[in-house]
Amino acid sequence: MSKDLKKDIKEEYEMERKSKDTIDGDLATLNLGPTHPATHGIFENVLTIDGEKILDSVQTVGYIHRAFEKIAERRPYNQITTLTDRLNYCSSPINNIGWCMTMEKLIGCKVPKRVDYMRVIIMELARINDHLICNSVIGVDTGALTGFTYLFQQREAIYELFEEVCGARLTTNMCRIGGFERDFNETFHTKLEAFLTNFPKIFTEFDNLLSRNRIFMDRTIGTGAISAERALNYSFSGPNLRAAGVDYDVRVMNPYCSYEDFDFIVPVGSNGDTYDRFQVRQEEIRQSLSIIRQALDKMPEGKHYADVPEFYLPPKQDVYENMEALIYHFKIVMGETPVPVGEIYSSVEGGNGELGFYLISDGGRTPYRLQFRRPCFIYYQAYPEMIKGQTISDAVLTLSSMNVIAGELDA
Amino acid sequence: MTKTELTNDSFYTSLQEQFSSSIISKEEPFGLVTIEVDSKKVLNIIKWVKENTSINYLTLIGGVHYPESERREFALVYHLHSLTENFRIRLKAFLPKEDLKIDSITSVFSGADWMERETFDFYGIKFIGHPNLKRILNEDSMDYFPMRREYQLEDATREDKDDTYFGR
Repeated sequence: MSKDLKKDIKEEYEMERKSKDTIDGDLATLNLGPTHPATHGIFENVLTIDGEKILDSVQTVGYIHRAFEKIAERRPYNQITTLTDRLNYCSSPINNIGWCMTMEKLIGCKVPKRVDYMRVIIMELARINDHLICNSVIGVDTGALTGFTYLFQQREAIYELFEEVCGARLTTNMCRIGGFERDFNETFHTKLEAFLTNFPKIFTEFDNLLSRNRIFMDRTIGTGAISAERALNYSFSGPNLRAAGVDYDVRVMNPYCSYEDFDFIVPVGSNGDTYDRFQVRQEEIRQSLSIIRQALDKMPEGKHYADVPEFYLPPKQDVYENMEALIYHFKIVMGETPVPVGEIYSSVEGGNGELGFYLISDGGRTPYRLQFRRPCFIYYQAYPEMIKGQTISDAVLTLSSMNVIAGELDA
Repeated sequence: MTKTELTNDSFYTSLQEQFSSSIISKEEPFGLVTIEVDSKKVLNIIKWVKENTSINYLTLIGGVHYPESERREFALVYHLHSLTENFRIRLKAFLPKEDLKIDSITSVFSGADWMERETFDFYGIKFIGHPNLKRILNEDSMDYFPMRREYQLEDATREDKDDTYFGR
């Protein structure tokens, strides 16, 4: 009797196992996105899944394509800055400054040291901002919302600093060809000091919440890993490449904006997985804080703009009172300033990688061709390879840890 | 080839030794060595560069349209970078508008995939051997290539705006 029962149970179990095999053996298609809250922007991924395992993924991009490269061919040079704002909108000042430096290189303008230092402060603030968003969102995708809300107060503080310099928060249009529109004011310095005092404490708390958290580590180590060789082959750049173990940082390799004056390290990871990407960004935030402190301490005296009246918009008051200023103002706004013929590639270390500008000028009022090297457009194509064989929740996590920004992806 | 230190001249010389018949011209705008090569040989050259020099990083692929230059209407521009020696090069290949075909370099650099798709999307240049050559940013049903010069940004039917004072 008992023997029969055992047999029955065994048969039942066998049948159950078999039916499970067939269910799991069936491949299903899952649409991750385009407007899924976990996809951080408009990304569409059609996943082929076996159970919860991802076998393949097909990406669709371009949902917010705005033809910036085409628009740039019709715009006078000083009006292109606003287009760059809308690429990586988490760190738009870096894009603005990168573009202005491309133009300065083309016209052969040397900016005062003070401008360099001011730009370094702004760019490092933007980098902190960019990394904060990415890292706190990694927290959210592993189930820790607290860090996100906590850090967003600090992001607010950075936006207030930007507001003090240029009046805008997200799409800053902060830089001018030749320098800044105005010097840093007293309020900016007060707020920056407050930020530099408060932020490290809060940041350490955030770091304590996640960095050595067992659950977080189990979730992120080995998730979405890519080898250094593959990352290079995919033309990765920025923190994603450094997490894979390649120490390529434009700030160090081709120093611009007097980055050679500052002492900082370039953190690298070893596995190229989500945990390494997280840690690389965490360390870069600390390094950025140190760079800002150094720049503040060593801030040289001088003007906040270079002597390039053909390109640098004169102060508004002068336009009303000074004939020359009025002429230059008119020429700049109407795009009547002659620009040298030439082609140039210039790049900066953006929030998520090497942000390049390839500009061909034929001497006309607008660029003949302007191409943006958008880092996340280039590295996002490795996504299917990185999530192959992983689970759906890992795919979401990998996406957030790659710091793909829809505006930059789709231009 | 023994690995010598890369400079504009040493790179050009070593490339010339290998592909002397395919090199058309050389410039150095802003210090970046720019070599125009035969469009048929681009794949070979890039493969050779990757295997024989420390230049192993593809920075950017882009297209340019020059409608006025006959038989050389479209240009492809490749930016490559040596991360160990911090040395950049730019390769250019020109294509006539009747024959917009060039070998894909996706077999050498996986990262070229989307850059080539974008160039196809914008200019209609076909990359032979590309695994999935479709539009990427624009819609699939689009029947023209928007970055070509003949497509004006603004509505051509508008008469209230005189563009002659505003450049292109």
